[in-house]
Amino acid sequence: MSDEGTEAKENKEPKEPRWVERVAPKNVDWSSLAVIPFLAVFSALVVGAVFIIFTEGLGSVLPAYGALLRGAFGGWNSISETLLVATPLIFAGLAVALGFQAGLFNIGAEGQMTIGGLTAVIVGISFEGLPAVIHLPLALAAGFVGGALWGFIPGVLRAKTGAHEVITTIMLNFIAFRILDYILKQPFTQAEGRFDPISKDVLESARLPRILTWLPVEGVEMLRLNLGFILALAVAWIVYWILFKSTIGFEFRAVGANPDAAKYGGMAVTSAIILVMVLAGGLAGLGGSNETLGVLGRAFPGFTAQIGFDAIALALLGRSHPGGVVLSAILFGALRVGGRAMQVETDVGIDLIIIIQALIIVFVAAPELVRAIYRIKGGEEARQLTRGWST
Amino acid sequence: MRNVTKRFPGVVANDSVDLTIESGEILGLLGENGAGKTTLMNILYGLYSADEGEILVDGAVTKFDDPGDAIAAGIGMVHQHFMLVPVFDVTENVVLGVEPTVGPVGTIDMTEARREVQEISTQYRLEIDPSATVEDLPVGIQQRIEIIKVLFRDAEIIVFDEPTAVLTPQEVEDFFGIINGLKESGKGIIFITHKLGEILEIADRIAVLRRGKVVGEVVPAEATEEQLAEMMVGRPVDLVVEKEDADPGEVVLSVTDLLVRDDRQHTAVDRVSFEVRSGEIVGVAGVQGNGQTELVEALTGLTVPLSGMIHLGGENVTLVSPRFMHRNSVAHVPEDRQRSGLILDFDVAENLVLNSYYDEPYSHGIRMDWDYAHQHADQLIDQYDIRTPSSTVKVSSLSGGNQQKLIVAREFSRDTKLIIASQPTRGIDVGSIEYVHARIVAERDAGAAVLIVSSELDEILALSDRILVMYRGRIVAEVTGGEATATELGLYMAGLST
Ligand SMILES: Nc1ncnc2c1ncn2[C@@H]1O[C@H](COP(=O)(O)OP(=O)(O)OP(=O)(O)O)[C@@H](O)[C@H]1O
Ligand SMILES: [Mg+2]
Repeated sequence: MSDEGTEAKENKEPKEPRWVERVAPKNVDWSSLAVIPFLAVFSALVVGAVFIIFTEGLGSVLPAYGALLRGAFGGWNSISETLLVATPLIFAGLAVALGFQAGLFNIGAEGQMTIGGLTAVIVGISFEGLPAVIHLPLALAAGFVGGALWGFIPGVLRAKTGAHEVITTIMLNFIAFRILDYILKQPFTQAEGRFDPISKDVLESARLPRILTWLPVEGVEMLRLNLGFILALAVAWIVYWILFKSTIGFEFRAVGANPDAAKYGGMAVTSAIILVMVLAGGLAGLGGSNETLGVLGRAFPGFTAQIGFDAIALALLGRSHPGGVVLSAILFGALRVGGRAMQVETDVGIDLIIIIQALIIVFVAAPELVRAIYRIKGGEEARQLTRGWST
Repeated sequence: MRNVTKRFPGVVANDSVDLTIESGEILGLLGENGAGKTTLMNILYGLYSADEGEILVDGAVTKFDDPGDAIAAGIGMVHQHFMLVPVFDVTENVVLGVEPTVGPVGTIDMTEARREVQEISTQYRLEIDPSATVEDLPVGIQQRIEIIKVLFRDAEIIVFDEPTAVLTPQEVEDFFGIINGLKESGKGIIFITHKLGEILEIADRIAVLRRGKVVGEVVPAEATEEQLAEMMVGRPVDLVVEKEDADPGEVVLSVTDLLVRDDRQHTAVDRVSFEVRSGEIVGVAGVQGNGQTELVEALTGLTVPLSGMIHLGGENVTLVSPRFMHRNSVAHVPEDRQRSGLILDFDVAENLVLNSYYDEPYSHGIRMDWDYAHQHADQLIDQYDIRTPSSTVKVSSLSGGNQQKLIVAREFSRDTKLIIASQPTRGIDVGSIEYVHARIVAERDAGAAVLIVSSELDEILALSDRILVMYRGRIVAEVTGGEATATELGLYMAGLST
């Protein structure tokens, strides 16, 4: 009966995307905002432990997880690497989360990163002699604009023709990859003496400077964390402010939660959709620039390394809240970096990390499952089927 | 139900409630908005679990963890918003989830299903075509499907939560016929409504809830509407609207030859012309679905009319946006509060600024002033008696009537030159209706032009200085408020008299 109710409901109210409520809950309801993600991570680690027991035996669990933890946070270098990996995830995660808040499923972060990273490189390899205070912001701005353009296209298609953004953003991802290949083979961008698609090195003046080099520790030259991380935190705060403290964010969230009511409230639904996609694309573009202007220093096919797809998972885990996205990105970074250490120190392979990540998403996506396992009360509202004149 | 208590954060929705329902009886459940009627029924139906107390079926304590358990115990519920799959036919909707099957792989036996649906339909005189597609059927018929659904699952007790709120007068008649039939065949019926006349007509026994407690039980023969109203609200209620004669001033809204198409490109409003002057209340009567929805959407800037003109205070506003109308002191109470009037997932304060957030003092530039918005909300909660624990709870947790009051508060608290209100009191209790009606009259006396669109004849007759009747997209009659009778209007509404 309850299944039937839900199904009928979805059909009855096609204009009110029910899933939005789940991925982007508005009011701070502790059980769904913080407790569920936390328990999801915990449960995933437990299941991961079961995998280790089966493959390596009981004795390997503690050493493996110990290595994971140490690899991620045990020392300046580990922390630097963890945050470095987290940085593009924050940008891309924000790009997906912003979409979720407005009821849009932006699967195109990968493509938007690609284009943004590419436009940033083009600026970054040009303008020799420009001072860094101008060159770097310019390159970052180019990255933002490139990504924004890649968000604008599906935004317009959705707003004006109703073409679903899931389809268009996936398609645009492939187009972005091909464009990258093509541009990187042009004499203007291609690294000298190379025949494969790879860009010239970004000029020093457009590189994101490292930020931990002042630390009075040994091996400080190894600390790769750069300005991108600070920028990511700042951008996360700005996105938070826009979403929850500004009129624009109110419109975004209203359009996501109930487009009919948004229209009634005098909001321009179509421009809100376009603007959200533009901003989301820009955010992802910054993520791409962070890679090309930061760690990599150049662009080559696949430089986005699936970050745009991981972003979907971590936006879900972070409940589409900018703060949640930052925390989830750091968690994913820690798993990634710690996983390498775990692989080196113990026999547990890095594949386990992928399994754990996948499990986290399963648990987050099925909050009822987590509630049932841990017998948390609540969620009555979600089960409430009587919605009527007399709710 | 014995000693049932249910608490939500900040409210006790049900406070040691005792309620019995016998077979072959219609129990009317009355209570002001937020009294806990729906919550109590959700507990009975297994949607919520009670914090204290128990449910006894045939004398045995029963525990419902979910609606499945309640259905198994013979309890059925007809929800206010029907839960039907629009593209499925009647039978498919009825059997959904409990399909009769044949053969080893469990193929759905549609012939058998159709036969059973037909059988129920004849047995209880619920006329219906088992193979009609749901989306083509009017609300009254859709409700019948819900009833058949419940009967198909062998319910002995059937709960109806405000079933008549969306029905036309004729459909209400039919509905009463149906539930009387159900009663005769031994079913127990619980019927929730805010319309006192209905409950006196149909119920065998009436229980009144106030603030979560049962405050009394009466039999209709010994009760009057006034008494019931007083029991519900706790004070005497004026059931008639006190108003002076209108003193119309200059024309505020003028509509000329308005032609509006609906989503399916059918002509919904067919070259309609009328005027509303300041200081008068014009009522638009009509059976739902005769173009009123589209008319209001065009007037408020939500849809673009195909042709014709709309003037507001002499200015051509035919093609302006909803925001322009709001900014020019036009208040709009939309017909369907949950579809377009509210964002259920937003809190009370956010919903109260839904169409004014972009102006001072709620925002400065692009910065929202949430502190101010919450202060403003607290003030309106007080003034309009919206029952909510605070301005920070989601609107979805408010009772239906309180959701409606929130919209009325939002729209009437602004400066208003023109008020366009569709079904302004749908689902709200008599005490609040009294208040809303008094506010409408007060706005009129302060010089506002008021257009009321309602399928509730009583409301139209009580408020209007002038009444327009819409039938098939046209205005077929215009009558002076004081002189009209329900019968006369009824004939116009049915298209039987022109
Ligand atoms: N899911 C919920 N979460 C929190 N509070 C709730 C929830 N559902 C109902 N309430 C509160 O419980 C009280 C009773 O609500 P209920 O819906 O039962 O009222 P009602 O008698 O049906 O009113 P109405 O006539 O307006 O439909 C209200 O104060 C409401 O705010
Ligand atoms: Mg109710």
